[in-house]
Amino acid sequence: MNTYLQAGYGLRSWLLTTDHKRIALLYLVSITFFFFIGGGAATLIRLNLVVPDSGLISADSYNRAFTIHSVVMVWFFLIPSIPAVFGNFLLPLMIGARDLAFPRLNLLSWYLFMAGGTVALWGLIIGGVDTGWTFYTPFSTTYSNSHVVTVLTGVVIAGFSSILTGLNLVVTTHTLRAPGMVWMRLPLFVWAIYATALILILATPILAVTLILVAADRIGGLGLFDPRFGGDPLLFQHLFWFYSHPAVYIMVLPAMGVINELVTCFSRRRIFGYRFVAAATLGIASIGFLVWGHHMFVAGMSVYASFVFSILTFVVAVPSGVKVYNWTATLYKGRVQFKAPMLFGLGFIGLFVMGGVTGLFLASLAFDVHVTDTYFVVAHFHFIMVGGTVSAYMGALHFWWPKMTGRMYPERWGQASAVLIFAGFLLTFLPQYLLGWLGMPRRYWHYPPEFQVWNVLSSAGASVLALGYLLPLAYLLWSAFFGPPAPDNPWGAKGLEWTIPSPPPKENFVEIPHVDEPAYNYGEEDSHG
Amino acid sequence: MAEDTAVAPSPAPLGMWVFLASEVMMFGGLFMALAVMRWRDAAAWKDGSRHLHLWLGTANTAILLVSSAVVALAVTAVRRGRRKEAAWELGIAAVLGLAFLIVKATEWGLEAREGLMLPQQPSLRLFFDFYYVATGLHALHLTVGVVLVAALGFLIRRNPGHAGAVELGGLYWHFVDVVWIFLYPILYLAASR
Amino acid sequence: MTPLGAILVGIGLLALLAATVGATFSGLGSWANMVIAAAKAALVLWFFMELRSGNGLLRLVAFGSLAWLAILFGLGFSDWLTR
Repeated sequence: MNTYLQAGYGLRSWLLTTDHKRIALLYLVSITFFFFIGGGAATLIRLNLVVPDSGLISADSYNRAFTIHSVVMVWFFLIPSIPAVFGNFLLPLMIGARDLAFPRLNLLSWYLFMAGGTVALWGLIIGGVDTGWTFYTPFSTTYSNSHVVTVLTGVVIAGFSSILTGLNLVVTTHTLRAPGMVWMRLPLFVWAIYATALILILATPILAVTLILVAADRIGGLGLFDPRFGGDPLLFQHLFWFYSHPAVYIMVLPAMGVINELVTCFSRRRIFGYRFVAAATLGIASIGFLVWGHHMFVAGMSVYASFVFSILTFVVAVPSGVKVYNWTATLYKGRVQFKAPMLFGLGFIGLFVMGGVTGLFLASLAFDVHVTDTYFVVAHFHFIMVGGTVSAYMGALHFWWPKMTGRMYPERWGQASAVLIFAGFLLTFLPQYLLGWLGMPRRYWHYPPEFQVWNVLSSAGASVLALGYLLPLAYLLWSAFFGPPAPDNPWGAKGLEWTIPSPPPKENFVEIPHVDEPAYNYGEEDSHG
Repeated sequence: MAEDTAVAPSPAPLGMWVFLASEVMMFGGLFMALAVMRWRDAAAWKDGSRHLHLWLGTANTAILLVSSAVVALAVTAVRRGRRKEAAWELGIAAVLGLAFLIVKATEWGLEAREGLMLPQQPSLRLFFDFYYVATGLHALHLTVGVVLVAALGFLIRRNPGHAGAVELGGLYWHFVDVVWIFLYPILYLAASR
Repeated sequence: MTPLGAILVGIGLLALLAATVGATFSGLGSWANMVIAAAKAALVLWFFMELRSGNGLLRLVAFGSLAWLAILFGLGFSDWLTR
């Protein structure tokens, strides 16, 4: 049987492929590379912070380290991670299609991503940028002596990749569903990818034009945000956060989509409240566009606008809460199997809830003014992005690894990694809530000695976390070549992707299926058998 | 209650409209910046506007509006199988687009000579900064449009298979026109004269 | 869209252009010009870009993007207007 992996050998068959499954693997390799670059920068940061005044790296280098950590992790790892790898691989399979709507555009997306990444890395190599990933003006436009334009150019190019991927995913979902695959029968992962794709299309262009303004300002000495000419630095911030807040939903919605798949499969239950979860997905995507001002509470924004953004930020938490309740209700009385993907999924739920409630703390104006720009914020977003999204990404990687590679990974190693990552994560980031509460500012290369114990704990945790991420790199790679062959449906899961061989043939389905079952059609006998 | 996917929308037009939606957001961010600058200092904005060459801008607007009508004629012709006519109309539209770009370049040249590039006067500075960025970004999009429409004109003469592409190219052209429809009054007509 | 229709819409657009220049010279103010611009855009969207011919999804895409832009303008200006 000819699988998609065997449909052509050699570099050209990969670099000129239009097969969504191969493009997904191209993304997988690229983003793994970027993950470890961003991780390397994080290592530098945490090493530097073990001692209050270490001088391990200079203050200037420290600024460049945290900037490159965030730029690479946000734009070259997190944003593409689940959509470009699993969205690409799974969307056609889950809806019963042979490929995405625009296969060649999909390949162009990957090339744009690589071009952007190359330019951004080039900026890093020639000296990096010290503005933070937020590129606040007028520092980025006028005063910074670093390679702002180069790195911005890389980010903008990668942004076009995002927009085209989003376009492809949306059009595919509307036009290529198999007969009988109505919207309300779709796996909730598809709803999540769809909602994410909408955000990619609507938000990313604002980032593009905003960064173009910064680049033009820097190149031409324009002074667009310079108060001396009547410019307003807050104009930059409004435009930047209009994208960057929805961007965090680009990062978390696909992760939530994965959790739906894991929780249902490994408790052998239908999802509790399918319609509510689907509606909550769209709700998060929409309301997520209404809250960006909560990043600007102390920036000089009107206090009345701050009130409005604060209230809306509380509102956006509601649909996330709905999902957590629904996952919990799904697990209740289910026949839970603690396989590695499920462990990652459960880790997501716990860490996402912890990160999410601290988001509510930050949404309240009165609390935020004390902890803004401290480690409290850093802890909050790492709980969501790393505790949440990266855990879900690891869960997805383990869950669909057999499908993508046709091999089983070693289960005990997977379970061990999940536990190690969960423990290492808590040790790294729980102390950071305390540090923020105690007053340690973020983005500082040194700190008062009384903060040292928490910093040491955090750095120790980071080393555990690093090990936790290196292990899967090793055993997953090993299993790709030496792992036992995987059956079509190793987990006994429902979903069209599990009805075809592991790995799938190039054209996915011998015959396009006709769908007449609801999603997650686990019966009574599955969950209580 | 199965849905027959035979009535699903066709991918290519949906794809083009979704792409245009992303472009609406991109230019929208720019328009937001223009609106904010105008709101913060209306007097400076109007002063800047008065320094623009109103009649060149107006002529350019007329050129683009006519070019959109010509492109609409081309799409109609393609639908009726009149490919040679469509090729001519697409060619004319491309030439009109080129004319716009030439007028725009002329304006920029005049403005440079009048000391309006990074003008010394602080109150004029931001108006012209944003004016160059906005018209530059629009001109870039129009250039892509000119190449696209000219290429479609060549291709449609030989090959009827490109009829769908002409419709999609037309959508892009009209979009670039709509952007200018809003840029023109914001930049050129801000001040009463 | 018939050829005659395209030409008529084109003439309408040019008439609106004349109106907007006239509005500027008669001091009607920028809001009038924005309304006229919206009318021109509506003609292009409805006739030339054929939003008139009924595909609901395409109209949703077009108006959805405008609605999203309205969020940027509305919530964004809530800051400047209340400072």
